[in-house]
Amino acid sequence: MSAVEPRVDPAAKPPSAWARLRESDVFHSFVSTPSAMIAAAFTVIAILACFAAPLIAPFNPFDPAQISLWDGKLPPAWVEGGQAQYVLGTDNQGRDMLSTILYGGRLSIIVGMAAVGLGMVLGVGLGVIAGYVGGALDAVIMRIADVQLTIPGILLAILINGIGRAFLPPEIREEFAIYVVIIAIGLTDWPQFARVARGATLVEAQKEYVQAARVIGLPGWLIMLRHILPNTLRPVLVIATIGLALAVIAEATLSFLGQGIPPTTPSLGTLIRVGNEYLFSGLWWITLFPAIALVVLVFAVNLLGDWMRDALNPKLR
Amino acid sequence: MKHRSLTGASALALAAALAAAPASAENVLRWTSQGDALTMDPHAQNEGPTISMNGQIYESLVTRDYNLALQPELATSWEGDLEGWTFTLRQGVKFHDGSDFTAEDVAFSFRRAQSGASDYKEQIKSIKDIEIIDDHTVRFVTDGPNPILPNEITSLFIMDSGWAKANNVEMPQDYAAKEETFAVRNANGTGPYRLASRAPDELTVMERNGEWWGWSEFPGNIDKIEYRPIKNAATRVAALLSGEVDFVLDPPLQDLPRIESTEGLGVSTVAQMRSIFFGMDLGSPELRSSDVKGKNPFADPKVRLAVNHALDKEAIKRVVMEGLSFPTGMITPPGVRGNTPENDAPYEFNVEAAKALLAEAGYPDGFSVTLDCPNDRYVNDEKICQAAVGMLARIGIKANLEAVSKSQHFPKIQNRQTDFYLLGWGVPTLDSHYVFAYLIDGEGSWNATGYSNPRVNEITDLIATEMDEEKRDALVAEAWDIVKAEAPYAPVHHQVIAWGISDGFEIPIGADDSFRPRFVVKK
Amino acid sequence: MLAFILRRLAQSVLVMAVVSVISFSLFNFVGDPVNNMVGQDATRERRAEIRLELGLDDPILVQYARFVGNILSGDFGISYRIKQPVDDLILERLPATLELVFVSAIIALVFGISLGVYTGIRRDSWISRLVLSSSLIGVSLPTFIIGIGLIYLFAVHLRWLPSSGRGGVVDLGFWKTSLLTVDGWRSIILPAITLSLFQLTLILRLVRAEMLEVMRTDYIKFARARGLSERSINFVHALRNTLVPVVTIIGLNIGGLIAFSVITETVFQWPGTGLMFIQAVDFVDVPIMAAYLVFVALLFVVINLIVDILYFVIDPRIRMGGS
Repeated sequence: MSAVEPRVDPAAKPPSAWARLRESDVFHSFVSTPSAMIAAAFTVIAILACFAAPLIAPFNPFDPAQISLWDGKLPPAWVEGGQAQYVLGTDNQGRDMLSTILYGGRLSIIVGMAAVGLGMVLGVGLGVIAGYVGGALDAVIMRIADVQLTIPGILLAILINGIGRAFLPPEIREEFAIYVVIIAIGLTDWPQFARVARGATLVEAQKEYVQAARVIGLPGWLIMLRHILPNTLRPVLVIATIGLALAVIAEATLSFLGQGIPPTTPSLGTLIRVGNEYLFSGLWWITLFPAIALVVLVFAVNLLGDWMRDALNPKLR
Repeated sequence: MKHRSLTGASALALAAALAAAPASAENVLRWTSQGDALTMDPHAQNEGPTISMNGQIYESLVTRDYNLALQPELATSWEGDLEGWTFTLRQGVKFHDGSDFTAEDVAFSFRRAQSGASDYKEQIKSIKDIEIIDDHTVRFVTDGPNPILPNEITSLFIMDSGWAKANNVEMPQDYAAKEETFAVRNANGTGPYRLASRAPDELTVMERNGEWWGWSEFPGNIDKIEYRPIKNAATRVAALLSGEVDFVLDPPLQDLPRIESTEGLGVSTVAQMRSIFFGMDLGSPELRSSDVKGKNPFADPKVRLAVNHALDKEAIKRVVMEGLSFPTGMITPPGVRGNTPENDAPYEFNVEAAKALLAEAGYPDGFSVTLDCPNDRYVNDEKICQAAVGMLARIGIKANLEAVSKSQHFPKIQNRQTDFYLLGWGVPTLDSHYVFAYLIDGEGSWNATGYSNPRVNEITDLIATEMDEEKRDALVAEAWDIVKAEAPYAPVHHQVIAWGISDGFEIPIGADDSFRPRFVVKK
Repeated sequence: MLAFILRRLAQSVLVMAVVSVISFSLFNFVGDPVNNMVGQDATRERRAEIRLELGLDDPILVQYARFVGNILSGDFGISYRIKQPVDDLILERLPATLELVFVSAIIALVFGISLGVYTGIRRDSWISRLVLSSSLIGVSLPTFIIGIGLIYLFAVHLRWLPSSGRGGVVDLGFWKTSLLTVDGWRSIILPAITLSLFQLTLILRLVRAEMLEVMRTDYIKFARARGLSERSINFVHALRNTLVPVVTIIGLNIGGLIAFSVITETVFQWPGTGLMFIQAVDFVDVPIMAAYLVFVALLFVVINLIVDILYFVIDPRIRMGGS
């Protein structure tokens, strides 16, 4: 035990000190960039609001027994014909727009984070291995990434959907739709992460301390985990932020093509797709509010990603 | 100075040429709908848009006008007896390529429609033999009496036998064909318009056939028809609103008020020959997707009636269908022989009664089941299902909605692999037999309910050959009464067709959603 | 060099094979084509017969072998939906897609690079900030709603531009172009902008980031010290150095444009391969789907190969497979 301790400590400590230093720098940049602060505030508020949906939303739009079709298509409360209980009006099924957007936003954020998480874990893992091991394994992994890039996400969604249908009992298929979307988006994402991680690994693997670690005979997985992985995270984090925004949009697009999350438990994307159908109808609130919610969310996340790219790039300061 | 005026003049000339090209003296109708015809071969595909497109070029012996009344087309009169039907053909008719129309062409076309790769075999399966009496008389010998043969052949188009031979298209294109046949992109009919150019999914142009026999009888004055299919509904409406097309066959219901309130545009509506309903699998020993195991809740008529009473058809009409539907208690619309006001009345919407029925059947807390629904086939199909999920939740039935494309939905019904599903049914023959044979008979190919009542099955067979109208009507009524009481289906409504039309045109709307340019007038 | 290209070619063939197997295996999940190929009154027996004729009940591998065999003998099959040979259809629709992608790429490049250079040089001006923020809005909404929004504004409300279609098409015999008529140009504006927005934002950001880095290099500082004009520094020295990564990204993104054109073409009824593919998915038109996917895969593979060769030429130190 005591033989292990000293070896672990130096390995763990320097990165954490390094990270602390980095963070204070980043923090400085953060407070000196108003757009970053606003974006972060928006993102945090949006995410908090969405996750608190069951507490703050006036209705539960996912419970069909709470919905009355006769309340459908009511305008926002401040417009003539609107009702006070439905602040932003109701959609074509009689669901409160505000509650539906909050619940839908939560679903979209979960889908986006899970999809990006999946893409990131898969992509970074494979990318680091490809870059570190090299040779045939590298070629195989990167060619698989190429294959991946050639298959449109929509088809992947159909495929995963179909496999799910074939193997899952029918009563859980409706919930399964969400996982289909997560996996479909996550799988289309990973090659990007893999490319970036592989690039960073190639650079890092040349450095002396890694060479030294090799010479002492540290196992490959330990070197990758301890030394290489932390150094790939900076560019990966930037991609992940933008990827989160893209995942939310991709989910809306899948919904547009009829492969998304079922309309009984709508995500923000499904709401946008439905709103799209009402663009010419004069029921502007069905189109406008989900679109605004999406733009604000994605815009804030993107802005945050932007700032992170600049702030985390030492060459630009 | 001179140079400048020259440029000005040539610019003017160019502008004039650009403006003049589309707006010459001829009357042009530009229209759109979601899907293009699949082929110009009249016997290869029995599908709405394909029939509608081919019906402008080709003609059948008997046709329907926009009120769906039978009218003579290439036949001037017809007469039926116990062994078959005799048709007297119109004289002096010519195909677009100039050859004469004779009984030979009729016999050829019907044989072609009966051949291997034809999609019309089912419709004319009662025809056993075709006899050419003389150049303008044809007799169809049927397999026993067939009271509704003229109703069955209104979209069976007549081709020129000589043209077909010369171009090697004596048979429709095979499904597994390796090569495209001539008839897929070329057409030679007797109809009021001839095919001028065709680019599938892009633009199809038709030109007036000045030689057509009917111009003195019909009001139509359109010289050229340009058809541009537009898949995306919002884009389709945008094309109408911006004046790029004069007529949209299938605008979404929610956009109708906008079209109506736009200057120069209007909306025409008519009740459609199509009913929308839910089917319940009552035949299987156990539902595939339910939490109730070992028995099938739908097998109990009380549960099926509870579903019927739980559906608020009026709310679906007002909110989902923008007021454009007729709530019903039958799966076939008025206008089809057999529909009666008594049976057409919807099952009463009554949540308490529905709950009581469920409790009586032994499901006081309801049960769960998957509801299969198409999302690209009927008007607002997915939204209807979504509304139904909410209504069923009120009585405790937890329906999990699975909305998929029609290509995934319909096979489930045909293979009887669904517990609970949405289906719509149109009746081209306007006779109940078409409904019984496919949806209610125990062997019906679209009957996924497993419903099979011996007496109803018997009546289905009897009315196929019963020539006495009174007796036949009584049998049909008896069968519908049984179906109403046993409720294998939960009817929702009959659809309404709405067309968006520019005020510059008069386009009579037909209950079969078919575009009939011979009646179209540019004002 | 030759060995490298040969090895990449061999790998590419493998990629194509994998793509075609995967795409083929998923057609069974899209739905049942026979349902769309016959009328509602066709009997069960008839449907079964057609399945048999088309070989749809054979094991996937058997169907796949047949497909590959046919392709190798130059037979791509007949579309289930419009009954025409698939290779004809793809060749017929390809010009529309390529013209759309071409115009979009030009828009993305011209605006992306010029705005990227500007925001890179004037890093802190308010115009730069405005450009950067507003470019983000373009990627904050899904393509389909941007497309419909543009149609609503420019076709329905202002009536400046047509809502859909290709407008006047001139047939050159081997190529149907809409770029030779005024009407055609009017028609391509909205879909091209819709399709280019995403790439434009990407290029803008990339060029800006590269400019920021290059401007700090000693090389530019020397140029400045030598008293070269600001203009020549910006455009001759700085921009040139940013172009290498930009070119690679663009190469890869042309493939992306073609994939994304599926949505844009659907919204604008642009009669290209993307619209054809979506309609094939709706109809379960297996021959079209298969051929389209193989075609897209081929395109990606070729572009990847060219990019790799470019890398190799630019920087011979880069060797395949890392080291």
